[in-house]
Amino acid sequence: MESLLRVENVTKVFGAVVANDHVSLEVRRGEIHALLGENGAGKTTLMNILYGLYRPDDGHILFHGERVTLSSPKDAIRAGIGMVHQHFMLIPVFSVVENIVLGLGSLRRPLLDVESATRRIAALSKEYRLDVDPHARVCDLSVGAQQRVEIIKALYRGADLFILDEPTAVLTPQEVDDLFAVLRRLVQEGHAIIFITHKLDEVMRVSDRVTVLRDGAIVSTVATSETTKEELARMMVGREIVFRVARDPISPGASVLEVTELDIDDEQCSVALKGVSLSVRRHEILGIAGVGGNGQNELAGALVGLYEPTQGTIAILGEDIRGQGPKGVIKLNVGRIPEDRQAQGLIPDFTISENLIATHFWQSPLSKWYLLNLPLIGRLAKKLIQDYDIRPPEPTLLARQMSGGNQQKLILARELSRDPDLIVAVQPTRGLDVGATEYIYAELLKHRQRGAGILLISTELEEILTLSDRIAVMFQGEIVGMMDAGSVELEEIGLLMAGVRPQQDAVCDEVRR
Amino acid sequence: MTSRYQRKVVDALFKMAPVWAVLGALTIGAILVRAAGLDPLKVYASLVNGAFGSRSALGITLQKTVPLLFAGLGMAVAFRCDLVNLGGEGQIYIGALAAGAIALAFPFLPAPVMLTVCLVAAFVGGGIWGAIPGFLRARYSKSEIITTILMNFIGFGFVSFLLHGPLQESRGYYPQSELIPPAARLPIIWQAANVHLGIILALLAAAGVYVLLWRTAIGYEIRAVGSNPKAAAHVGIPVVRSIVVAMLVSGGLMGLAGLAEVFGVQYRISDFFSPGYGFDAIAVSLLGYTHPIGVTLAALFFGALRTGFNSVERTQGVPRAMAQTVQGITVLLLVISVILPRLRGRLRRKENASV
Repeated sequence: MESLLRVENVTKVFGAVVANDHVSLEVRRGEIHALLGENGAGKTTLMNILYGLYRPDDGHILFHGERVTLSSPKDAIRAGIGMVHQHFMLIPVFSVVENIVLGLGSLRRPLLDVESATRRIAALSKEYRLDVDPHARVCDLSVGAQQRVEIIKALYRGADLFILDEPTAVLTPQEVDDLFAVLRRLVQEGHAIIFITHKLDEVMRVSDRVTVLRDGAIVSTVATSETTKEELARMMVGREIVFRVARDPISPGASVLEVTELDIDDEQCSVALKGVSLSVRRHEILGIAGVGGNGQNELAGALVGLYEPTQGTIAILGEDIRGQGPKGVIKLNVGRIPEDRQAQGLIPDFTISENLIATHFWQSPLSKWYLLNLPLIGRLAKKLIQDYDIRPPEPTLLARQMSGGNQQKLILARELSRDPDLIVAVQPTRGLDVGATEYIYAELLKHRQRGAGILLISTELEEILTLSDRIAVMFQGEIVGMMDAGSVELEEIGLLMAGVRPQQDAVCDEVRR
Repeated sequence: MTSRYQRKVVDALFKMAPVWAVLGALTIGAILVRAAGLDPLKVYASLVNGAFGSRSALGITLQKTVPLLFAGLGMAVAFRCDLVNLGGEGQIYIGALAAGAIALAFPFLPAPVMLTVCLVAAFVGGGIWGAIPGFLRARYSKSEIITTILMNFIGFGFVSFLLHGPLQESRGYYPQSELIPPAARLPIIWQAANVHLGIILALLAAAGVYVLLWRTAIGYEIRAVGSNPKAAAHVGIPVVRSIVVAMLVSGGLMGLAGLAEVFGVQYRISDFFSPGYGFDAIAVSLLGYTHPIGVTLAALFFGALRTGFNSVERTQGVPRAMAQTVQGITVLLLVISVILPRLRGRLRRKENASV
């Protein structure tokens, strides 16, 4: 098949870090080419080079067989390279047409040529069966549909090559199926797709060939049909990884968290959480599955004392935490791993040791009469840095200068070193590579073994299935299903996550009858 | 590609931004002096001489440094909590008023008691004037930049009203109070240079601010809220309280600046006793990188600049407004030096792009 894109010996260096080391890659017309690698393997750097955001220090790029210089996204778009970012670049209150023509020239300047644009979008939507209404407002569309708007946007700008950055991260299993169908149609029409991911299942399902990156260099490019998940995993991390974490069966103990009939209204006073009841016992991990934005944030916020429930109770170790605030929850010895390390977990301008004391600095012996006990804090920091293998082991380093994995270790050190009775972990491995992920899993399981009760909120189904003893599924602020991890049917969870309730539908049918 | 060594040098140069800003401002000042047909070298020699050349010159420099240092420290505490306190003037007037009213009402108090009470009164007065906008910001998200400015008008108007009425001197000529009793005046600690106790108090305040911010739990909270209020809330830090406390301390230090000027130099409250220390505090604090040591040096620099230009005006005929000009240019250059690294990043990308 004809080759569309050739990357030849591209090298990109940032300071002392070689982000791309003589990377060569060929993408052919009509193929879905998966780009697989851990975080920090150099995928993003390579894509930013292809999209004109970085200039390679060495090497060159051939597109349509010609050497191209891509010094801005505009150049990339003009050449025919379209990017679908993980976070969509759409303006919510604009219509689909408005979003698509945004930033493009118009034949009727200064007026927009909306009519002809609408016709073309409708035609593209029909041709590729994207099912997008040009007049719909973007904020009224589902996440999957917004993604298709991004794809149409790239098509409209004449893209031959599509780069999709972790496109399935925000989708339900059903939406993933739809997306893959769309991708298939695109390549049938002669387009090519680079599919960036770290999910092996998806690589196997959708790609034609796969290129594995590790430490900035290409490990290998193989045809998907001639490889296995295990082989790819080995190439990706350079060693065998255990997908099934060893989880000793322990019977759960006394309850540490009781949530009953919890309602929360969010800032816009719409209902964010409705009638949520759950309990977590010692030696137990309760996994909350669900697509992001279905009330998980509000639930987590309420459990750590940031949100006040509108109705219902939350009891930790039998104590009602309403009105106690985050400090009250901390006093009950709860370990909290927040979703967003940068925005919630860490104080970026504080040093490692200052961050390590953030939850308890006000308490003796860390401070007495409001004076911080710096020598003691220094010793504690040293010990925690060693125990949790935080790198670099430099107590005075600022948190924002650390890598994501080490930031997370810092949070674990702070939140788990006091052997909490309850742990609330939200997306604990978001953005982390396989090694760091494994470490976090091992830590959580260690504390489960010790006797902590753990509430794990994650949008990664794989993670929920790997760790949980019981699984609850959230959809639109409600718990729509609760099951033992042993008896789980993947399809059932998938349907629940997408808002399909088998039993309820059956009941409705009966009522109708 | 720049080597690591080169980059280190460049980073070091950027870290010294305050020094470059001062040198740059003095250079531009020299060009302006030259344009006016004078010899910049002579003018600057006269400037240094006027600020440090004699005991009395040094004394005046220190006298001007004291309120600048108090106010600059106050601003630094606010900045560390990511707050902008533009209400320094109001806090200075209210602080001086609180202390002055007590001194005038109880002239019989013995000196040590008098001074202690007045210091507390000035701190509390200015502090309350700062804490009100702090509370409005923390609790109701009302921009403290606006409310502190508005509090200036209230504070200044209130003092002015009192000076035209109940607090006015008995002669009744000017809108100013009676002289404060000798027991309340800041004692002279260096006769020859006429330096009063204020300089010691201000240096103690600088040390106090350092301890507060980096050695106490309260300072930890203030800095945490200043760096990332969301994370601070998440780890259980009372964000509202921290903002109010930061503004209280900020305003309190402004109040002490007012006390230093009234109890150390002018010995009475008048309508316009502060020449804008509350606003100069921004320049002092920025130039000092909001660190007590830096703020101390910056206050000394601006104090010397004023004293020096006062003398230059007399001897060389350069208007003393030059002092304000150089101060303004310094701050402008500093602000540019903050933007410059970002610009540098963009330039580097451009430069890469054009290879």
